[in-house]
Amino acid sequence: MSTALYIQLIDLAAGALLLTAVLVLWRRELASIIEVFALQGVALAALVGIMAVEQGSAELGAVALGVLLLRAGVLPWVLRRALAGAGATQRETKPLVNVVSSLLAAAALTLLAYAVSQPLVQLAPSAATHAIPVGMAVVLIGFFVLVTRRLALSQLVGFLLMDNGITAVGFLTTAGVGLIVELGVTLDVLLVVLVLQVLKTRMREAFGDTDLDELRELHD
Amino acid sequence: MTTLLMLAPALIPLLAALLYALLGWRPATEWVGAVAAVGVLAAAIGTAVGVTADGPHTTVFGLLRVDALSAFMLIVIGAVACVTTVATPGHLRVELAAGRTDDANCRQLGMLVQIFLALMAVAVLAANLGVLWVAMEATTIVTAFLVGQRRGRAAVEAAWKYVVICSTGIALALLGTFLLNFAAENAPTPAGLDWVELVGVAPELNPGVTRIAVALLIVGFGTKAGLAPLHAWLPDAHSQAPAPVSALMSGVLISVAFYAVLRVKVIADAALGVDFTRALLLVLALASLTLAASLLLAQRDYKRMLAYSSIENMGLLALGAAIGSPLAIAAVLLHILGHGLAKSVLFLGAGRVLQVTGTSRIDGVRGLAAREPVLAGCIGFGVLAIIALPPFSLFASELGIARAGFVGGLGAVTAAALLLVLVIAAALVGHTSRMLLGAPVDSPVPAAAAVAPVAAVAPVAAGAPVAAGAPARPPRRRWGADTFALVGALVTCAVLGLTLGPLGPLLVQASTVVTGTP
Repeated sequence: MSTALYIQLIDLAAGALLLTAVLVLWRRELASIIEVFALQGVALAALVGIMAVEQGSAELGAVALGVLLLRAGVLPWVLRRALAGAGATQRETKPLVNVVSSLLAAAALTLLAYAVSQPLVQLAPSAATHAIPVGMAVVLIGFFVLVTRRLALSQLVGFLLMDNGITAVGFLTTAGVGLIVELGVTLDVLLVVLVLQVLKTRMREAFGDTDLDELRELHD
Repeated sequence: MTTLLMLAPALIPLLAALLYALLGWRPATEWVGAVAAVGVLAAAIGTAVGVTADGPHTTVFGLLRVDALSAFMLIVIGAVACVTTVATPGHLRVELAAGRTDDANCRQLGMLVQIFLALMAVAVLAANLGVLWVAMEATTIVTAFLVGQRRGRAAVEAAWKYVVICSTGIALALLGTFLLNFAAENAPTPAGLDWVELVGVAPELNPGVTRIAVALLIVGFGTKAGLAPLHAWLPDAHSQAPAPVSALMSGVLISVAFYAVLRVKVIADAALGVDFTRALLLVLALASLTLAASLLLAQRDYKRMLAYSSIENMGLLALGAAIGSPLAIAAVLLHILGHGLAKSVLFLGAGRVLQVTGTSRIDGVRGLAAREPVLAGCIGFGVLAIIALPPFSLFASELGIARAGFVGGLGAVTAAALLLVLVIAAALVGHTSRMLLGAPVDSPVPAAAAVAPVAAVAPVAAGAPVAAGAPARPPRRRWGADTFALVGALVTCAVLGLTLGPLGPLLVQASTVVTGTP
């Protein structure tokens, strides 16, 4: 692969990563949010795959396949199943911040991510590290979704967006942090999602609905 | 030998968990957990002896490593685990008799508590940041089910908040881990995530990248430790979990998370100088103390009261770590042990009060000293220990932190912190004395309902004779092993306040690991 093509492909994948994060903020139907999230998984896997081809590393290629399987396959599937049982609340009707302000916030967060990431890019300038700010922006947007959305499922998507961003930064900054850690991280993310899925089911049994506005039992 | 001893705290509980999974919770297995916990404590002491004599030891392909700090944390885990697991069978018998839990739930609790212990042991034994991260996140997953076990609205809400907030915090720590790894790989002498390597290359790390990484790591692990800005999960989770689980979470889990903060601090201080982490930790400490003080003053729920007291104590630990002198760090470590013992007594006692009175509201409990003198005594002395009165070890450790603060040039901050601690102590004593003293409420309707079925199983739990001379009230459960555990923990806490004994050299070595200077 020529260097110019490699840089273009990396930028393309990183752009797709950011675009899907913003789309999650824009869409309100939970079903389409989950589809966008699956697309982001594909973009992330593509990013890792491109790096694998560039480095000629079969191990990284296998990891890219794993990312594709988990983030574009398993996690969206779990989310869709949760949505199927959710009943009436298929739509984020009243987020704490409306859509227009959310998009403006996303722009501000992206700028912030670029500002914060400067030391990271300068430490080892390369095509991959130049994409780090995008990963950071996805983390910040995910955090924003997590704190401003009211439905349990939207919060879960916010958490997973954060996680996608962190994974992207992880791959862009390093060749890998060791296979055991990689496996542990993957397993933990999967388990967190399954735990939250179980809790969501219980929540529906207890509350009849999963609007987190209903969660007002515990406070001071 | 050391290899086997240091692996035992992780392997013994896993074996016990397997036993619970296979055999379930029944009279024959209810003490398995306690036996495992005693095994963990014994192995921890053995490891500590080995480490003080021979120095650090690495094993399992370099993934696990024990030094004085890890060995001390193993002892904390073992000690609190002993108190908790010895008191668990008594607690569960009452719950089973009252129909609030069933055999399946007890089996789940027995199993998950043991896995939880094993994971905490792995966390403190981890030789690198990655393994520590994986173990910490796994504790969240395991305890989520324990918090949500009661399945009521409040319990599910608490579990949801717990998983979302802690996982988010820990995710930030993961980002910090990746960035630190990035900095280490690009250092003049490339290194991985291994503690020893990281401390070695720390002075060469790129300061800009390391600063972002350290901030993320401290805030992330601080979330799990219940430090202020992201503390919201703690009062809910601790008040909703079954009593033995609250005792373990408050007694050790948050301390283990704080241990991670200490490890990060070692690297940060070497890479960036002490000022950066000091400023960060001081902000977290003061925020935690202020928050705890303001929410304790008008607290109405005694389990939440204990939870906010845990946030206060985490704030004190952060203050001590910010000061960072050898005296301060030794005091911080002693405080971790003392707080673990006293707080587990209090949460177990609170669980018992809930069983006796049927309410977790402070004003629903009156005159406990007349109805349940032993229980009231344990809670009373526990609160005196937690507000750091002598002879309890928390007095010595808080004094140590305060002295180090005034000597180390942080006088103003330390004075402000002490003022907040005073307010908190007054609030705790006020609330507790209202619960313990005074005339008993005359119509304990829920109490009678909760106590009546208990009488049937009481003979099983017979052991220590109930203090004589109490008026003949409705049938009262005789206290067995659980009283023994609570009193034992308080006595240990008091003895530690008078003399450290063989723990002294270990404490000195452990604080050397953190401060870097002998």
